[in-house]
Amino acid sequence: MASLTDLTITQLGAALAKKETSAVEVADAHLAKLDEHRALNAFITETPEKARAMAAASDARRAKGEAGLLEGIPLAIKDLFCTEGVQTTAASHILEGFVPQYESTVTTNLWKSGAVMVGKTNLDEFAMGSSNMTSHFGGVENPWKRRGDNRKLVPGGSSGGSAAAVAAYMVPGSTGTDTGGSIRQPASFCGIVGLKPTYGRCSRWGVVAFASSLDQPGPFARTVEDTALLLQAMAGHDPKDSTSAPLALPDFVAAARNPDIKGLRVGIPREYRVDGTSPEIEALWTRGMEMLKAAGAVSVEVSLPHTKYALPAYYIVAPAECSSNLARYDGVRFGLRVPGKDLAEMYQNTRGAGFGKEVRRRIMIGTYVLSAGYYDAYYKKAQQIRSLIARDFNQAFEKCDVLLTPTAPTAAFAAGEKMDDPVTMYLNDMFTIPASMAGLPGISVPAGLDKDGLPLGLQLIGRAFDEETMLRAAAALEKAAAFASRPAGY
Amino acid sequence: MSLDKDTVARIARLARLKVPEDELGTLAGELSGIFAWIEQLNEVDTRNVEPLSSVSDVTLPLRADKVTDGGIAAKVLANAPGGAVYIDPSDKNAGGFFTVPKVVE
Repeated sequence: MASLTDLTITQLGAALAKKETSAVEVADAHLAKLDEHRALNAFITETPEKARAMAAASDARRAKGEAGLLEGIPLAIKDLFCTEGVQTTAASHILEGFVPQYESTVTTNLWKSGAVMVGKTNLDEFAMGSSNMTSHFGGVENPWKRRGDNRKLVPGGSSGGSAAAVAAYMVPGSTGTDTGGSIRQPASFCGIVGLKPTYGRCSRWGVVAFASSLDQPGPFARTVEDTALLLQAMAGHDPKDSTSAPLALPDFVAAARNPDIKGLRVGIPREYRVDGTSPEIEALWTRGMEMLKAAGAVSVEVSLPHTKYALPAYYIVAPAECSSNLARYDGVRFGLRVPGKDLAEMYQNTRGAGFGKEVRRRIMIGTYVLSAGYYDAYYKKAQQIRSLIARDFNQAFEKCDVLLTPTAPTAAFAAGEKMDDPVTMYLNDMFTIPASMAGLPGISVPAGLDKDGLPLGLQLIGRAFDEETMLRAAAALEKAAAFASRPAGY
Repeated sequence: MSLDKDTVARIARLARLKVPEDELGTLAGELSGIFAWIEQLNEVDTRNVEPLSSVSDVTLPLRADKVTDGGIAAKVLANAPGGAVYIDPSDKNAGGFFTVPKVVE
């Protein structure tokens, strides 16, 4: 049998079911990888003792014939999900040392399915960033490197630690959250699969809030089928989140196991051909469409006219919501407190010291656009544009069943590149943000390597609550692309 | 759209963020750059377009007014910065106080 850490979730599940290994053995093998690759800084908190205890409990359940969907599978959890009794930081100094007394709904669902937690992964502070460079606990290193170049590359963000951990074979799967691309872009940079479900599919309860009308939890894994399996366990209606969709869950795994896309209409949005995209990514996109056509799909040119406005509109909506959500970090009820001569100064000192540069910048953008006299010019305008973006997608989906686009305009970049000006960094999410603004599901599938040997992903976007069609197309793309590369040394 | 240092200082005050005097200039430059880039939204005619505040077209649900949880006073109070204070230390579920630093001056 191959090394336990090389197996996918599906393969591990089969090996566990056949009693070829135990959950404790599987946990130990992965914990050894956490030790080996600690230099990547993918984890903020490792929980080896908890992992061994959960694995032993999992073996006991299996012995009694009570195996769940993810029985004995080790997972890494983005440090934005509250985990009972385990420090939850959102990668921010202001929450350092915060130990929640409750468990998020998504992680509760995963543990109920038998999964085992190995630790909490690093991220951009409060999930604000596309490189993992804004974490208070230091950046995460991407296990991939350019050929013949030893410079450290970023894993993308914000869920960079979760993506790097899966790419480095430290875990077979992990959780992320996606507000404007925070699952899909790191999946593309790290050569793995990342799925952002439809807004409302997974509960946001117990997830540290960034922009509540956009935030959505989702899975990372190395195969489409594994992400479907994780989604099956994570998703579902939750009365504790009023935006959680009261819908029965379809069989995501069955959809991912059925790459039959004969006659499927795949839309190619013409506005996604933009200056600044690498020619290699353009070529990969074309090749991706050829692969889907060879599998029986039909290519349809569609138009999403407001695409270019999605990004600037997002940078009004998301900071506005963030400035309200982050108002709770006031140094009074929990978290960091820096004294001051009066209450106002204590608030200012605490928030000035507790938040990093990017978070402070976004809070200020949000505060400004929501301040007296500016609401209509900025926030309302952005929400109107959001309507137009959603309408564009609705019209496109009259002509096609799923959309195919690049995931990100470039491959992974080096730490420090693109840091000169915030807007350059924001442009990284140009292909992922439109679907976020419309609440649609998206998945990034690794589809090839660039000339430097770095992975590139393609994105499929589905109709709201039609992850099944998206998963079918993703499975077909995965099969045709046959991406089998792994980062050197992992 | 260009923001000057005074405007940035005013926003920082509204957001209760301490920004050192010598960072105000850089921040003014960065925020001006971001707002200049956002200006392109004015190209879009949004007359008669309804704003979209939520993509979930679910009617907000009502729930029965029933107690569904309880008996976890110790958990509720565990993160109190001033410590947990119980009415009756021998019966933690009798209730207590979440104590915070003084905020009323």
